[in-house]
Amino acid sequence: MARTDAPGPARRRFLRDVTRAACGLSAVLVLLGIRTESSRASGVRLRPPGALPEPAFSRACVRCGQCVQACPYQTLKLATLASGEAAGTPYFVAREIPCEMCEEIPCAVVCPSGALDSGLPSIDAARMGLAVLLDQENCLNFQGLRCDVCYRVCPAIDKAITLTPESNSRTGKHARFLPTVHSSDCTGCGKCEQACVLEQAAIKVLPRELAKGELGHHYRFSWLEGADGKS
Amino acid sequence: MANRRQEAGRDALAVKGWWRSYRWLLLRRLCQVMVLALFLCGSWSGVWILHGNYSSSLLLDTVPLSDPLMVLQSLASGHLPATLALSGALIVGGFYALAGRRLFCSWVCPVNPLTDLAAWLRRRLGITASASLPRWLRYLILALVLAGSLLTGSLLWEWVNPVSIAGRGLIFGFGAGIFLLLALFLFDLLVVEHGWCGHLCPLGAFYGLTGGAGALGVTAAGRERCTRCMDCFHVCPEPQVLRAPVLDKQSPARIAGRDCMTCGRCVDVCAEEVFKITIRWSSGAKDE
Ligand code: SF4
Ligand code: SF4
Repeated sequence: MARTDAPGPARRRFLRDVTRAACGLSAVLVLLGIRTESSRASGVRLRPPGALPEPAFSRACVRCGQCVQACPYQTLKLATLASGEAAGTPYFVAREIPCEMCEEIPCAVVCPSGALDSGLPSIDAARMGLAVLLDQENCLNFQGLRCDVCYRVCPAIDKAITLTPESNSRTGKHARFLPTVHSSDCTGCGKCEQACVLEQAAIKVLPRELAKGELGHHYRFSWLEGADGKS
Repeated sequence: MANRRQEAGRDALAVKGWWRSYRWLLLRRLCQVMVLALFLCGSWSGVWILHGNYSSSLLLDTVPLSDPLMVLQSLASGHLPATLALSGALIVGGFYALAGRRLFCSWVCPVNPLTDLAAWLRRRLGITASASLPRWLRYLILALVLAGSLLTGSLLWEWVNPVSIAGRGLIFGFGAGIFLLLALFLFDLLVVEHGWCGHLCPLGAFYGLTGGAGALGVTAAGRERCTRCMDCFHVCPEPQVLRAPVLDKQSPARIAGRDCMTCGRCVDVCAEEVFKITIRWSSGAKDE
C-alpha cells in the first residue's frame, strides 16, 4: 500500500542514504561487538591431544566439532569469531576444565581430517602444552610451605613434576620443595594449573612454542655424555 | 498484467488451496529441521545419528560426510585431509552432483531460512532495491576463497563463513558469530534483494557449478497456461533462471540455469500450475 505511486528521485535518494547509513552503522556495531567479545576471552587456549603444530592444525581442522562431542568431560570448546584462534577450531582452557587424559583418546580417534593425530601411541605422548611455574613470588612451595597440590594431581607424578628440595635461606634451617616441570614428560593436560590453590594459578600451561627456550646449537654441556654433550 | 510483489501467491492460494500453495516450502522446512534434529538428537538424547556439524560429520558411526568446499579449502591451503574427510567430501559432492542443482542450498543449508525470511519481509514491507550486485560475483568469491587459502596457507574464509557459523551456532551454541548472521540478515533485507544466497555465497556457487547436470529440476511444463502474473518471478530467489523457460516459447521448458536451487517455490506459487519438479530422463520430463 505504502508505495503505489512511484517515489520521487529525492525521496528515493533519501531512502537509499538512510538504508546505507543504517547498514554502515550496523557493520560498525558488529565489529565493536566482536571486539568487546574478544577482549573478554580469557585464559591460555590449548589444543586437544595429538594436535598438529599450530599453523598446520588450523589448516587441517575442518571445524566439525566431533572432537568436542567425543570428549566425555566437556573439556573442549569450539572457538567463536571472537576467540584468538581460527573460528570453529577446538581448544580448551586448563584452568577451567583440564584434559583428563583418557587412555583411548576419543577426541583424536574421531577426528576426520587428520588435524588430531589418531595414531598417537598413548595419551602420555600428547604434548598439548608445557606447564611452567610462572609466578615464583606467590607459589606457596616457593615460600617454604608444603602445598604440593600441582605435584600431587599430576597424572605423570614424579615424571612430569618433581619436587626439588633446596635449603630455605629465609629461615636458615628448613627446606623448600620447588615444583619442577620436566618437558620430557609433561603432556600439558593442565591438571596442575586447574588445581593450583591460588586465586590465580602460579603454574600455568603454555603452548610449547611459547614455553620452550631454544639453546644455541653450538652449545655443548661437558657433563652430558650422549650426542656430543647435547642430551 | 503482473501482480504486485506483495501479493505474490494470493491467486494460487485462492485456486489451489493452502496445502498445494505451500507444499514445497513446508517440505523444505521439514527437511531443514530434520537435518538439524539429526545433529542435535545426539547431544540431547544420546541417540547419535549424525556426529559433527554441517562442515563434516559422521552418519551412524559409519558414513563420513564433509562439506566439499571446506575440504577443497583445506587442500588448497596445503594440507592433505585424512581419508575420512576426503571420502566424506566425495560422497557429499557426488550426491549433490547427481541429485542436481543447489539442493543443498534450499533443502539443507541452515542460512536459507534466514535469507528466506529477509526476502519475505522485503516483499511484505515493499522494500525496493537499494543496491544491486552482479550475480556472477559469487563465482568470483569462490575463486578468491580458494586462491586465498592457497596464498595464505590458511582457511581464510572460515573466519567469516556464515554457513559454517550458522551450522556451528545451531549445534554448539552461538558466540560472536550471531552478529555476523544479523548483519547478513540486514544486508538481505535492506541492501540487496537475495543478496547473500543469490549473489555472494561461494558454497552456493560451488554447488551451482557441480550440480548443473543433476537429475532433479523444475520444468515449466504447462507454460502455455502462463498468464504472466509474474508471481514466480517475485518469489524466486534466482529469477533470472525463469526468464527463458517461462517466457520464451522457443527455449526448452526445463529450467536449465545453474543457479536454480530446486526450491519449488515457483511450483507452489503458480495458480496456473505451470511448473513441475521433474527428474531428468523420466518420461514426460524431456528438455523440449
Ligand atoms: S575433530 Fe578434528 S577436524 Fe573436527 S573440530 Fe576436532 S580437530 Fe577439527
Ligand atoms: S600439565 Fe601439569 S599436571 Fe599435566 S602432565 Fe604437565 S605437569 Fe603434570
